[in-house]
Amino acid sequence: MNTSLSWIKAYVPELDVTAQEYTDAMTLSGTKVEGYEILDKNLKNIVVGQIKTIERHPDADKLIVCQVDVGSTEPTQIVTGASNVKAGDKVPVVLDGGKVAGGHDGGALPENGIKIKKGKLRGIESNGMMCAIEELGSTKEFYSNAPEDGIYIFEDDVTVGSNAIEVLGLNDAVIEYEVTSNRVDCFSVLGIAREAAATFNKKFIPPVVEVKENNEDVNDYIKVSVKDCDLCKRYCARVVKDIKIAPSPEWMQRRLAKQGIRPINNIVDITNYVMEEYGQPMHAYDLDTIEGKEIIVRRGNNKEKFITLDGQERVIDDTILMICDSSKPVGIAGIMGGENSMITDDITSMLFEAACFDGTNIRRSSKKVGLRTDASTKFEKGLDPNTAKQAIDRACQLIVELGAGEVVGGMVDIYENERVGKKVVLNSGRINQILGTDIDEAAMVEYFKKIELGYDESTKEVIIPSWRQDVSTIADLAEEVARFYGYDNIPTTLPTGEATTGKISFKMRVEEAARNIAEFCGFSQAMTYAFEGPKVFDKLLLPTDSILRNAVVISNPLGEDFSIMRTSSLNGMLTALSTNYNRRNKDVRLYELGNIYIPKQIPVTELPEERMQFTLGMYGDGDFFTMKGVVEEFLQKIGNKNKIKYDPSDKKSFLHPGRQADIFCEEKCIGYMGEVHPAVGDNYNIKERLYIVVIDMPQIVEFATFDRKYEGIAKFPSVTRDISMVMSNQILVGQIEEIIEKKGGSILESYNLFDIYEGTQIKEGYKSVAYSIIFRAKDRTLEDTDVNASMNKILKELNNLGIELRQ
Amino acid sequence: MKEMLQKIKDDAFRQIEESDALEKLNEVRVSFLGKKGELTAVLKSMKDIPAEEKPMVGQMVNDTRQAIEVLLEETKKKMEKAVLDAKLKNEVIDVTLPANKSNLGHRHPNTIALEEVERIFVGMGYEVVEGPEVEYDYYNFEALNIPANHPAKDEQDTFYINSNMVLRTATSPVQVRVMEKGQLPIRMIAPGRVFRADEVDATHSPSFHQIEGLVIDKNITFADLKGTLAEFAKQLFGAETKVKFRPHYFPFTEPSAELDVSCYKCGGKGCRFCKGEGWIEILGCGMVHPNVLRMSGIDPDVYTGFAFGMGLERIALLKYEIDDMRLLYENDYRFLKQF
Repeated sequence: MNTSLSWIKAYVPELDVTAQEYTDAMTLSGTKVEGYEILDKNLKNIVVGQIKTIERHPDADKLIVCQVDVGSTEPTQIVTGASNVKAGDKVPVVLDGGKVAGGHDGGALPENGIKIKKGKLRGIESNGMMCAIEELGSTKEFYSNAPEDGIYIFEDDVTVGSNAIEVLGLNDAVIEYEVTSNRVDCFSVLGIAREAAATFNKKFIPPVVEVKENNEDVNDYIKVSVKDCDLCKRYCARVVKDIKIAPSPEWMQRRLAKQGIRPINNIVDITNYVMEEYGQPMHAYDLDTIEGKEIIVRRGNNKEKFITLDGQERVIDDTILMICDSSKPVGIAGIMGGENSMITDDITSMLFEAACFDGTNIRRSSKKVGLRTDASTKFEKGLDPNTAKQAIDRACQLIVELGAGEVVGGMVDIYENERVGKKVVLNSGRINQILGTDIDEAAMVEYFKKIELGYDESTKEVIIPSWRQDVSTIADLAEEVARFYGYDNIPTTLPTGEATTGKISFKMRVEEAARNIAEFCGFSQAMTYAFEGPKVFDKLLLPTDSILRNAVVISNPLGEDFSIMRTSSLNGMLTALSTNYNRRNKDVRLYELGNIYIPKQIPVTELPEERMQFTLGMYGDGDFFTMKGVVEEFLQKIGNKNKIKYDPSDKKSFLHPGRQADIFCEEKCIGYMGEVHPAVGDNYNIKERLYIVVIDMPQIVEFATFDRKYEGIAKFPSVTRDISMVMSNQILVGQIEEIIEKKGGSILESYNLFDIYEGTQIKEGYKSVAYSIIFRAKDRTLEDTDVNASMNKILKELNNLGIELRQ
Repeated sequence: MKEMLQKIKDDAFRQIEESDALEKLNEVRVSFLGKKGELTAVLKSMKDIPAEEKPMVGQMVNDTRQAIEVLLEETKKKMEKAVLDAKLKNEVIDVTLPANKSNLGHRHPNTIALEEVERIFVGMGYEVVEGPEVEYDYYNFEALNIPANHPAKDEQDTFYINSNMVLRTATSPVQVRVMEKGQLPIRMIAPGRVFRADEVDATHSPSFHQIEGLVIDKNITFADLKGTLAEFAKQLFGAETKVKFRPHYFPFTEPSAELDVSCYKCGGKGCRFCKGEGWIEILGCGMVHPNVLRMSGIDPDVYTGFAFGMGLERIALLKYEIDDMRLLYENDYRFLKQF
């Protein structure tokens, strides 16, 4: 919403503020000003001049030399290349030392304008410049009387020597507001003016509306019936005859121009003017095109085609409200009229409509039809039906005042359920309690009066005008009080009452541990999107029957690539690694903590299961075992002491068939890891080996603990036994470790793999593996016999697996 | 006897002084104080001395021995120190050679900002709560006083799963879920991922994060809201930070406000960072709407509360002066390693 400051001042005559003062105060009272543009910020020393004589330039064919009366005793000599001026014309003249906003070509305006100095043009002195409208920072769009090309010429009644900026109405600022959706009334100049008056404590003087009607009866011209009162809360119609289409007066054109609305002719301009002034859109039909002298407001017919006045064909359905005559639709209600009934320059009589349509319906219809207009934008917000009559009367008043036509007596008004203002009991104690203030009830009533909220002393009720549909509870009244008491003046306190303890959840603590470990291990935190495209499944080489392909689908996605909620965190990680790889970042390690979304059923009826995944990915320096290190550091950090098992048997299509494992902890599969399949790497344009780990956090949270118990520091010496073994290379060292753990007994302290060898010294298909096994007792120095007993059990079990000791 | 002892002492002192290495010094010790040393020999000859002279001679021998031992010890320390000094002198390193760093990973700026916000509110007694990202329409809209036909529903450009399920457009539904549990008083913040159907650009992302806050208790006032958020702003942006509350509109709060903080780059004078305004908008807030309380089973005549919500990315962009939101989701290591 925009308004010029001068239009606001028209209804608040005592308002005397700069644009900045206005901005600050309005924003603090709740009408947020986004910004403003001072129209004459780069216009300086520009007066109305009258050309006295014109002579040809002696040395230039395209230049003329003008003697211009600028109100001083001597005329000012100005050389110009413009060809549209003649002696006697009154024109804007910028004098020596003045400033204009831009060039005559209407290009982008320079930030600080253009300074004008006297000089010589082909040897002839020129002491100023006559201005085109573009040089004054505007355009022909808004100053319709400006010539196609050349100097702006004033009407003859302006005073020579007067301030041209004022004459043109450019001594003004255009204010841009961010009006919140609850304040429908402020999508109008009058609504904002009312707020401005209240904010600055000045009188609000809205226009006095009186329509001069002829003695005919509108009912002889038109009959209106509304079939769908739910979608059309009010329909006001008037008839205007003997229409004389002409340009609207300058003052109206100027006001519209500053709203960003191009002046067209008196009827269109009046309609737009009142729409801005009251926030009420109106529509004018050529009465002669309305068949049967009848208007029927009804829902459209399915698949009906209708040509709007912009010449476009629109497809209608039975949810869209149409304005029809006795045989055909003539307009889409609240959105745009039809080509078949639009007013043209030779119009004689018109039907004038001001209605109140249902906001939600207009919003939806406008989306369906694919047409959003100034009118639909206003209706969408849900207008006050009471404004319709005021607005149509105001428009008809202007029609008469501007001599644009004759208004037929009376108005057709279909208004089933009149909206009356609500009443809210004023409980000033409660308001003070909500705000934490101590404001007098009388002061509150004063604030209400400023914005035309009535007060009934006897019932202590605040009477809310119908345009304030947003006020209905004591909390709403509290806001009105707060706005005019000043948010700044409300005290600043901290909540009292029962103390609460601040905390984060256990789940968050576990996630924090994951972040810490990942970062200690050199992984940086990535964040990727929760949605992706179904193509991802193919990029990851998932089989067609993979359950990961069952995803929650977004019904209105931004595009195919963002259309499903991810069921795996891999794509996000691989995409992030790919970005880095393609930007030639070396040795990149990333991790992410983010949800996957597992549907409980397809189609989805319940909320999907959201499972936090701890995903690590890397390329460059490091390998599978680097990743395994991170897994084990993490599991240790969250209190796991049990053996972690790695099972390579589940073949995941997206991982290297020989370099992957499911990770088991506490007998549960808590995730998987591996080298990414090179074909998948290719799909992400990465030519290096990639490693990933995915840990399912909900399972981790279940057994995680940060409790620790001191176990004492060993007092007795340990005994170390080294064994070197030869075995089939099909045997996993995990199997050996399992045996050592199982058979080592209570004195087993730890074991380390210190050598593994496959090659020429060992027969084909075999490998040698060497372990140090460390024993220790808590309560005594171990004897050889203790250690031998354990070792024998271990060796026997190893032997059963076909493992031989190496001599 | 006395002369003999004096001679031994003089000899010993001289030889100690002449020693130029620890081994030599040890030889001196042995030759005077050892089993076959000169002083030991004197002691051995004590048996020939008359009994009445023995104490006096014994004393003299001991004094001599002690004097030699003290000098030996002092000299030894000096020598050891000299040896150590010489060793250290050879061990000088160039301390300006490059460090040997562990390559630690880096936390995402969103997380760093979130942790700061959490720290502040946890310190004020707030609990950090999470809720589902795919959410029922009821919790995302209706329970927040945004009924089916409310324009705010369209304004928020919601992603829908089906007619009653959405990708949450704010973390406000978490409030409702907490209120429904009915455990009062409530002081909570709810951080998390939210979604809006916005195309990606320098200031928009279809997926971003919000932090919602809620306090419900008896006698909670707008003044408390102001005080709490002013304190938050000071802790987050510095003690000099000024705050400005502007009236605004949200369906779920009344009265509502937006909070501006004084630009921490220019202190409020106006600079390029705050687009010359001197103020930066950081969050929306207000007193919880009575309808919202009522729908969650809380009696608005007994309890009042305030709520606030802020964009985490906005805080991160402001605090770390990141000029393009897209950087937060590209995961370029050259970006991440700066945090």
